[in-house]
Amino acid sequence: MDHRIIDQQLDHLRDKILLLGGATEQAVQRAMQSLVERDSELAKQVLEEDKIIDQMELEIDRLSIEIIALQQPAAHDLRFVISVAKITPILERIADHAGSIAEAAIILNNEPHTKNYVDFPIMAQTATEMLRSALDAFTSEDAALSREIIERDRLIDEAYRRVFSELLEMMIDNPAATTGAAHLLFVAKHLERIGDYVKDICELNVYLREAAFIKHRYGSPTPPSE
Amino acid sequence: MQTKISISNLDFFYGKVQALHGISLEIPEREVVAFIGPSGCGKSTFIRTLNRMNDTIPGARVEGEVIIDGENIYAAGTDVVALRRKVGMVFQKSNPFPKSIFDNVAYGIKINGIHSNKTDLKDRVENALRNAALWEEVKDRLNMSAFGLSGGQQQRLCIARALAVEPEVVLMDEPASALDPIATQKIEELVVELKRNYTIVIVTHNMQQAARVSDRTAFFMLGKLIEFNRTDKVFQNPDEKLTEDYITGRFG
Repeated sequence: MDHRIIDQQLDHLRDKILLLGGATEQAVQRAMQSLVERDSELAKQVLEEDKIIDQMELEIDRLSIEIIALQQPAAHDLRFVISVAKITPILERIADHAGSIAEAAIILNNEPHTKNYVDFPIMAQTATEMLRSALDAFTSEDAALSREIIERDRLIDEAYRRVFSELLEMMIDNPAATTGAAHLLFVAKHLERIGDYVKDICELNVYLREAAFIKHRYGSPTPPSE
Repeated sequence: MQTKISISNLDFFYGKVQALHGISLEIPEREVVAFIGPSGCGKSTFIRTLNRMNDTIPGARVEGEVIIDGENIYAAGTDVVALRRKVGMVFQKSNPFPKSIFDNVAYGIKINGIHSNKTDLKDRVENALRNAALWEEVKDRLNMSAFGLSGGQQQRLCIARALAVEPEVVLMDEPASALDPIATQKIEELVVELKRNYTIVIVTHNMQQAARVSDRTAFFMLGKLIEFNRTDKVFQNPDEKLTEDYITGRFG
């Protein structure tokens, strides 16, 4: 059958989550821009737009539940709806982290410039690229790409450790810079968390494609279903 | 998991028309197995091969084996009456005898001479009605005609009638398709309850019903077994694309 009733709703759901993904990606990118370019107006815009993202999350929740209740999806349809319902709050949380970065930016922009932000743009770029690729992998249901992206999270973790030591040294060497450094530390932590969340999205991409949960697999096999 | 029924390379013909093609499948003891598939896919024909209900159809022919508890039920000399006692059946349309509620259930016990005396007969009837979750509703009107019962009650009476002769396997061919949602729910609860003591095979057009009640699901198409898997697997991630297309409504 070419046109099932459910298809239209699934397409609608796909459009909605991709819009949410795009808005989230933009929030992260703009939050970092507001920090690096000391643009507090842009930071305020990020915070303002977070409300729209929250509304998008609610709308996707509503639609996902409606499809489950009325269409009783099975097999791939079911995995798709479940993946969307689980990815949506992850995107919303990533956007929250972007909001927190924007808040930090507003504070830091009122302080003297304490550090050149070399590692931050790299971390942010890696995080946003990972996010964009994760959403691409979701759309194309590419499990191999998703696994590659999961590996890339390591780069963010390494950058975080580097930034952490640098900022710690800075605080010791220059106590006057402690406030700024502390806020930057939070920014680094937010970026590190975004990397983790992107990883979670990729794990759900693998579930969508392969019906397998690769989360929490620390080398041990998943318990058999029988 | 112990196999109750083992089917291998089963072909079935209505005269020259082949309705089943090389079906092989193992039905575990005390589990519910659901057969699903589009109309005419052979699932009803197949369930009827499991107690030789197709024998009476002129020109019908079976090749291959159906082994129940180690014995091929198509072997020469098989006692078909004993087979059908062991492998009971409930049909889509409830078909009570034009008798009292009591006599409907007692009938099979009597003709098979299962009971030892009148008290034993009464006990067996009560037991069967209890197992079919009907006792509480009919215990005060056992001598009234079965036709006075509702559709759902009549279907449970037929289940009680099937259980009365102490079968080990119960075949159900669309047992709830003519019932309203509440009666359907009762039948479904009963199916899940019965698997503690019986092996159950159920044919259903209602895929959600198969998902709700069965442990394993077999998907048939054009007389072939396309997939046989655990039900959770079939409805979440079937191995075969045809199965996926069917359960997600992509057929047309």
